[in-house]
Amino acid sequence: MSVRQGFLALLSEQPMNGYQLRQEFERRTGGSWPLNIGQSYTTLNRLHRDGLVETVDDQATDGDPPSVLASHRPAERFHLTESGRETAVSWWTTPVHRGKAERDELAIKIALAVTVPGIDVAAVVREQRSETMRALRALTRAKRDVDPLADRARALILDAQIFAIEAETRWLDHVEATVAATPQSERPKRNTR
Amino acid sequence: MTVVLELTNVTRVHGRGPTQVHALGGVDLAVREGELVAVMGPSGSGKSTLLNVAGGLDSATSGRVLVAGRDVTAMNARRRAEVRRRDVGYVFQDLNLIPALTALENVALPLELDGVAVRTARASALAALEAVGLDVAPGRFPEDLSGGQQQRVAIARALVGPRRLVLADEPTGALDSVTGEAVLRLLRDRVDSGAAGLLVTHDARYAAWADRTIHLRDGVVTGTDAGGRVADPLGEPADLMEWEA
Ligand SMILES: Nc1ncnc2c1ncn2[C@@H]1O[C@H](COP(=O)(O)OP(=O)(O)OP(=O)(O)O)[C@@H](O)[C@H]1O
Ligand SMILES: [Mg+2]
Repeated sequence: MSVRQGFLALLSEQPMNGYQLRQEFERRTGGSWPLNIGQSYTTLNRLHRDGLVETVDDQATDGDPPSVLASHRPAERFHLTESGRETAVSWWTTPVHRGKAERDELAIKIALAVTVPGIDVAAVVREQRSETMRALRALTRAKRDVDPLADRARALILDAQIFAIEAETRWLDHVEATVAATPQSERPKRNTR
Repeated sequence: MTVVLELTNVTRVHGRGPTQVHALGGVDLAVREGELVAVMGPSGSGKSTLLNVAGGLDSATSGRVLVAGRDVTAMNARRRAEVRRRDVGYVFQDLNLIPALTALENVALPLELDGVAVRTARASALAALEAVGLDVAPGRFPEDLSGGQQQRVAIARALVGPRRLVLADEPTGALDSVTGEAVLRLLRDRVDSGAAGLLVTHDARYAAWADRTIHLRDGVVTGTDAGGRVADPLGEPADLMEWEA
């Protein structure tokens, strides 16, 4: 997703100035996505350029929107235009696309470990599992400190990571069991044509 | 911190002759007060055997088991039963609720056996059942409870009273993920307030509530992992999500 999408979603609730948007964005993403001022103003600038947000000034002048946002007063509040509202709604109604997965360094490393002769795959998997469990414990500790009612966003985002990492450990177990069941000599090697 | 559970070179051999099984092959383990240790490993790797031996429900073939500083391996059956009742809370893999007793009576039983007055014991039991979120009448019998509800009763029974060692064998087995997490929170709180805990689980998400995880395979500890404390695991946005305007 993009900051842009997030801003549109927030502005569909109520108009906000740049500072409020940035604060609200950080809060609602559970502190997982801090923005700097530059990022947030670049985003607003583009939303403005694309006619998705406007300010009271824009409506008053009723002409071409001023292109440089820096000329706006900092307290100036942005609201959605009609097309901004449509874009915000269509984001909610469109599922997040699960396209081709990113190249996963871990999967590739293990795949290579399985095929390169002389690599102790079980040891590679064990090392990785320790690291993965450490990450999982860190997230779980953070989760324990969150009151899920007071900070639902943070609890939710922590959960997303916790479940994803849990899946990784299950995959590692599966690799370990599969490798244990396959003698080294029967493992696929280089293509020897 | 006091060591509550200490296993030294513990073995457990089931049966004899050609059919004998080395369920535990020399396990060393120490669990301190305030420490929760997770045990993971494939089916048949000896996890339940480890818990049974630690809780004095099964005897080690060789090696030494200390619970609260006392050598369980050297005790007679009566003394061992006493330690089990007084110091050890146990959640069995197959729950082991007594069918003839209500949920409340099941939970109150270990306290009553320990000489706690019936009314006090029942009040503690009721509080424990509330803490695990049993959402039906505590006067029901186990056969009238769902698997998840029975599980909560079994957990309440293990956590009730002043036990210093809590042994839990797949305590989240029949629970959905929200209730499972609530159980881990209870177990963790209990350990934090001064018990030692050993938790068998197949689920890394639950094991992550422990301070460390030991991995068992064919009765042998093949590895331990610990650590994982950072200021804010969500605090590094560049690694999590690419910024895009
Ligand atoms: N009473 C018994 N007599 C003979 N063998 C036994 C006995 N109890 C356990 N075993 C064997 O000891 C080994 C370890 O069993 P244990 O129940 O400890 O495994 P586990 O790790 O708890 O498995 P699971 O994840 O399936 O619960 C297994 O091979 C099992 O068959
Ligand atoms: Mg078992």
